[in-house]
Amino acid sequence: MAALNIIYREKDIPDIREFDVYARNGGYDGLKKALSMKPGEVIDVVKASNLRGRGGAGFPTGVKWSFIPQSEPIKYVVVNADESETGTFKDRQILENNPHQLIEGALIAAWAIQANAVYIYLRGEFWDIAHALDEHIESARRGGMVGQNINGSGWNCEVYTHLGAGAYICGEESALLESLEGKLGQPRVRPPFPANKGGGLYGEPSVINNVETLANVPWIIVNGADAYKQIGTEQSPGTKVFCVSGHVEKPGNYELPLGTTLRELLYTHAGGIPNGRQIKGILPSGGSGPIIRVNGNEDPILDTPLTYEDMAKTGSILGSASVIVIDDTVDATWVASKAIKFFKHESCGKCTPCREGTYWLDKTVDRILRGEAKESDVDLINDVAKNMQGVTLCALGDFAANPIIYTIKNFPEDFKSHLGGKSTPTAPKSAAAAGD
Amino acid sequence: MIAEKYASQIEKVFSKYPTRRSAVMPLLYFAQEEYGYVTEQGIEEVAALCDMDPTQVRSIAGFYTMYSEKPKGKYWLQVCTDLACALRGADQFYEDLKAELNVDDGGTTEDGLFTVEHVMCLAACDKAPMLQCNFHFVEQLDMDRMRTHLETWRAEAVSQPAAEKPARARKTKSKAEPSA
Repeated sequence: MAALNIIYREKDIPDIREFDVYARNGGYDGLKKALSMKPGEVIDVVKASNLRGRGGAGFPTGVKWSFIPQSEPIKYVVVNADESETGTFKDRQILENNPHQLIEGALIAAWAIQANAVYIYLRGEFWDIAHALDEHIESARRGGMVGQNINGSGWNCEVYTHLGAGAYICGEESALLESLEGKLGQPRVRPPFPANKGGGLYGEPSVINNVETLANVPWIIVNGADAYKQIGTEQSPGTKVFCVSGHVEKPGNYELPLGTTLRELLYTHAGGIPNGRQIKGILPSGGSGPIIRVNGNEDPILDTPLTYEDMAKTGSILGSASVIVIDDTVDATWVASKAIKFFKHESCGKCTPCREGTYWLDKTVDRILRGEAKESDVDLINDVAKNMQGVTLCALGDFAANPIIYTIKNFPEDFKSHLGGKSTPTAPKSAAAAGD
Repeated sequence: MIAEKYASQIEKVFSKYPTRRSAVMPLLYFAQEEYGYVTEQGIEEVAALCDMDPTQVRSIAGFYTMYSEKPKGKYWLQVCTDLACALRGADQFYEDLKAELNVDDGGTTEDGLFTVEHVMCLAACDKAPMLQCNFHFVEQLDMDRMRTHLETWRAEAVSQPAAEKPARARKTKSKAEPSA
């Protein structure tokens, strides 16, 4: 089957990051078509396509846009380019290689909600990418697609970039808005929600969308909602970029139709497990999603289709589709330790269960790894983790508990192996050992 | 004073936002560029420009990993040791790099050239082990390639006049392919 590259068009047209090349290859046709439609019609098309947010939550994009009150004079589109989830590097590739498609998608969103400004919030470590993006925005401006009187329509829309400075929490939409406003990147109490007056950027109704989500929009406008629904499944239409990392021969980004199985993604595309090893576990949504136990390369769980609905049936989630693969040389306790260290570092500190919970989970898992823990310590961290969920202002508290809850649940023998004074070396040695 | 040195860039920054406060993060980068790290002086200047209290600015500087509140080396090396990189040898690479430069976690070499610390996911998991040097990606590393980079940076540092204040390093491409 020939690959359908909706997002990674650089695979077909290598210089598509250049405005002239993009424009020659259907670039900005989506925006031009949207400008000939009523804003409400554009929202209806995106709704009909059933495009779901690609940042991890999978919320229907058209529905999100429809929450914006049309009567409010000032509205904003905010692009979440804060890509910081462990194992995620798909938005980076879009920004580097097909930036105009992101710009175009954001402008279509702005037209749909009748905004006049787009802010692209990039994580600070995308320093060079942001500066290059500024250049691309200027070339789009020279081409009449950004700024005043876009394509002669009479509509004005500015596109600005803003750099973060190293904080995963700024990928949480309300913390992102706080950071953009020049405050600490800490989540807000909701309601009001960003789409409401009083809840968005500078208090104005705002839509916040992921980079990959918006990069889908031009194709949907040009080709129509029905064409988009031909790809993938009914509940999970379209293509998805799957980031594959860890113990595979060919880590990288793979754009494939939703519904592709784990087996096809990991073995056909990513080359399978190196060094003749067996797969032991998958983290399908980076550090945040529940770890899936896989009993070797023949396990039928690998035949699970990668869709929002099918992954949920495994007890895990599709989420951001940042697929981290673990082979049978790895101790799941070590995986839990790495993941909890991430969340402890990234906790913004606002909510007590997350701030204190991540700290104690980290300390206790360290003791377990050193062989200084008893069985009741494993029960203790399970209990602490469960008490962090559903009680915080944002999902970081919920996510931080997952590495503990699900590694204990799915790999109890790994935790038990450290009890009774047994400390075992657990970290993978080198890239060579990982099959580089 | 960054208000003078970066006057036109600062004006451009303010023009992007409806509030002065939104400029605090970009202006902190200018202060860090000017003074080598985020100094008290830098905080006072940014606060004055953004109509903020210095305490508010200081709390923002402390919140983020990319603002340093203490002096650092000319080349700030931030190595990812998060889970996906660690599965491909990043922990060992980080230990080897610290040993090579004879520094502890977060430390600076005696010659003032390199500060080395570990950070969380840098969105380069398919190119592990990797790091950022002064916010530029340096990827698909092993110690041989790393030594080559260190030598390049040392040579660059020597070739610059002593009077020049620490500038951000030019981007050095790793031998890896660009992401595509």
